[in-house]
Amino acid sequence: MAESDTRQATEERLYFYQDDRDTTCPFAPPPGLRALNDHAPVTRARIWDGSTPWLVTGHAAQRAILSDPRVSSNDKLAGFPYPNKAMAETAHHHPLTIFNADGADHTRIRRMMTRPFTRPRMEALRPQIQQFTDELIDTMLAGPKPVDLMHALSLPLPSLMICALLGVPYEDHDFFQEHASFATRSDKTTEEQQAANQALGGYLAGLLQKKMGEPTEDVLSDFATRIKDGDLTLPEATLLSMILLIAGHETSANMITLGTALLLDNPGQLARLREIDDTRDVANAVDEILRYLTVATFGQRRIAAEDFTFEGADIKAGDGIIVPLPAGNWDPEAFPEPEKLDLTRKANHHHAFGWGIHQCLGQQLARIELQVVFGTLYRRVPTLRLAVERDALAFRPADALAFGIGELPVTW
Amino acid sequence: MKVVVDEEKCVAAGQCVAAAMDVFDQREEDGIVVLLDENPPAALAEDVRNAAAVCPALAIRIEE
Repeated sequence: MAESDTRQATEERLYFYQDDRDTTCPFAPPPGLRALNDHAPVTRARIWDGSTPWLVTGHAAQRAILSDPRVSSNDKLAGFPYPNKAMAETAHHHPLTIFNADGADHTRIRRMMTRPFTRPRMEALRPQIQQFTDELIDTMLAGPKPVDLMHALSLPLPSLMICALLGVPYEDHDFFQEHASFATRSDKTTEEQQAANQALGGYLAGLLQKKMGEPTEDVLSDFATRIKDGDLTLPEATLLSMILLIAGHETSANMITLGTALLLDNPGQLARLREIDDTRDVANAVDEILRYLTVATFGQRRIAAEDFTFEGADIKAGDGIIVPLPAGNWDPEAFPEPEKLDLTRKANHHHAFGWGIHQCLGQQLARIELQVVFGTLYRRVPTLRLAVERDALAFRPADALAFGIGELPVTW
Repeated sequence: MKVVVDEEKCVAAGQCVAAAMDVFDQREEDGIVVLLDENPPAALAEDVRNAAAVCPALAIRIEE
C-alpha cells in the first residue's frame, strides 16, 4: 500500500473526540477516550471542525505537556483546536486573559487575581462556608420535598461565596446566574452568548465604577483601585471580574450536584464518608470525588509553538494539542482501578483543576466548599436519596464545556 | 531535608500550603509562596514531598 493510502486509511480510523459518555456508566469518562489511552498516551484524533490535533491522555504525559514551555495557550495562532464553532468565530477578538496568555503576560495577569484565593484566606472562610451550608440545608429541610438540590444548595452556596468575595450583591443572583450559565452551555447560540456576556459585562463595569468612588473590602474594590492606579483599564477589570464570577459558579455547583449523585450511587462509600471526622481525610475524599468526576471535561486546549518529539509523537509547530483531563484522572498507571470510587485513595495528584501554570486559581475555594458540603449534607440528611430513577437524570449534552446535571431531584 | 522554592515560577495555586501548612505559606499581596521552614523536621518529610509533587508550577525542589 502506498504511503498516502496508509495515511488516509489511518486518518479514517481516527477517534472522533467528543464527550460521548456511556449512558449506563454516566460518571465515567467516554469509553473510547479511555481505550485510546490503553494504546498510547499521545495520539491524533479528529475534532468537530475536521482537524486532527494531538490528544494527550496519559497522566504523566499530561503533566509533561502542560508544563512544557514549547506549548502555547495562544488561541489566536492558526491551528488552535477550539472547543466549538462559537469559540473559533470569536477568538480573533478575545482579549488577553489568564486562559490564553503565556509566560510573562500570564504571570502579570494571574498575579492580579490570586490574592483573594490563597489557601490561608480560604481556610479563614471555612466557618462562613459552614454557616451558609447549614442555613441552606435548614431551609431545604423546612420546605416541601422532593427538592432540586441544584437550586436548594449546589448553586446558592458557591454563588453566595463568590458574591461575598467579589463584592457583588447576592440579591442580583438570578440575573447573573442565568447570564453566567450561558458561557458554558452548548444549547445557546453565539449571539445569545454574546448578548449575555454584554449584559453581564455592563453590570460588572457599573459595579466597578461604583467601587472606584466607594471602595469596600472585596475583589472588585481591589480591581477598582488598580484602575485608579493605572494598572488595569475598566474593560480589563470587567473581564477579570466576569471570569471569576462565571468560574466561581458553574464548576463548584456541578461538583456538588454530580458528587451527590455519584455518592448516592455508591452507598458503601457514602456510608464511609459519613463516618470520616478528620479534616484531612475529608479533604482526601473530596480529591477522589474531584478525580472521579473531573467536571472540566472538555479538554485543555493548546498549540505547539515549535517542533518537538513527545512520547514518540512528532509534534510540529502549529499542531493543535488537547489535554482531556478525565483521561489522565482515569489513567490506571496513576490511579489503579480508576473505575473504583475509593475515598481513602491518595488522590491529590489528580488533574481535575488542570496542571501547569494555568491550574485553576479558585481551587482552594472550591476544595473547601466541597469539603464543607460533603462533610455536612449526608450527616444532616442521612436518608437523602434520589427522587427519580438515575436513568432519568438530565446529564449535560456531550458538547457542553462542563460536565454536569441540570437538576437533581432528591428527597429524604 | 532542605527545601528550595522558586518565587518566579510560583502561580499561587496554594497546593503546598494545603499539603504542609507548617512549612509553606502564601504572600499576603499576591499569594506567592513563602517558605516558613527550609529544613523541616523528619515528621513533616512526607507532607513536604507531597507538597512538591502537587505543585502545578514545579516551583518546589527538595534536596535530601
